[in-house]
Amino acid sequence: MSFSKELVKGIWRENPVFILVLGMCPVLAVSTSAMNGLGMGVAATFVLLCSNAVISLIRSVVPDRVRIPVFIVVIASFVTVVDLVMSGYFRSLHHSLGLFIPLIVVNCIILGRAEAFASKNSIFHSIADGIGMGAGFTLALVILGSIRELFGNGTIFNLPLLGAGYEPILVMILPPGAFLTLGLLTGVFAALEKK
Amino acid sequence: MKEIIRLTVVLTFVCMVAGLILSYVNSATMEARAYQDRLELLNALNMVLPEHDNEADKDVVDVAGTTYYLAKKDGVINGVAFKTSTEKGYSGLIEIIVGVENDGKIIGIGILSQKETPGLGSKIDEGWFKDQYKGKTLESAKWAVKKDGGDFDQISGATISPRAVTGAVKDGLTMYAQNKVQILGGSNVVQ
Repeated sequence: MSFSKELVKGIWRENPVFILVLGMCPVLAVSTSAMNGLGMGVAATFVLLCSNAVISLIRSVVPDRVRIPVFIVVIASFVTVVDLVMSGYFRSLHHSLGLFIPLIVVNCIILGRAEAFASKNSIFHSIADGIGMGAGFTLALVILGSIRELFGNGTIFNLPLLGAGYEPILVMILPPGAFLTLGLLTGVFAALEKK
Repeated sequence: MKEIIRLTVVLTFVCMVAGLILSYVNSATMEARAYQDRLELLNALNMVLPEHDNEADKDVVDVAGTTYYLAKKDGVINGVAFKTSTEKGYSGLIEIIVGVENDGKIIGIGILSQKETPGLGSKIDEGWFKDQYKGKTLESAKWAVKKDGGDFDQISGATISPRAVTGAVKDGLTMYAQNKVQILGGSNVVQ
């Protein structure tokens, strides 16, 4: 597989959210606005990229029987780095993502890619996989967040698009809106894929 | 046996490296985080205190478990801010900052954190809602929402959150009134 092929598969053919249906907890919870989706996506992509690279690098020296604890330590460390940096430099984003930053540790996309890909492939391909999967995750969160923000608040990235007279459909930024939007988008993706 | 030693060594080594990296990042971002914490507090204080020329976040007095932030102009106290909180909201803790003049008249309130329902209870953070507390004192208003026979507007579709805020502000004011002498006289900064 080439670098670009690994990169693209995460965005489309193996999109972690719409096709693999992984990492649903943060997807449903923080996609209330496009900005939250983007912030979460970028944070998860950073962790995924770094953990994939490190795990691929140490894959030959880590004994099989302790690989899961080692992966978790690596992932948790990068998550803590993201949490500390975000708290110091992007405070408002840190507030709105709240608990979901530390919870990136248990995001199954990240451990899943470590186990299924990075522990078996070269660092070069693992980085491509990390960027691709991260981009796919970010894209999904931004699409979901934009749709929910548009109908639930009349804005996208805080830009008012539907005019002042628009009466927001509140349910869209409440938990049921997340399920409705995700279900519809997964259906759209599945239909597009069949073609 | 040999295998166990190998597993232990690898795992210990990985944890050690992770620990080293994290302690470095922690100390490298310490200053930025402390700065952000202070900025947040200062923003909140400026929202509810009158014009002052001291560093209100450092000019504090602790009475009965509450920290009171003193605003001073030319060395004279012209306002006090304090935090109050309640768990009677719809979901989780609501943290409120209240600024008062020395006699206990509210200058303004601010919502520091809340997890109320977006679009309903979360409207307690909107200007019109917070503004209705301005100029009120413990005696001048009936401290309850209108539905309960008080003076404060509830939010349509969400009565619980405004009721919680009103209760918490009232509690804060009561505490202030009880400890006023100590708060205003007990400043630890030489005037």
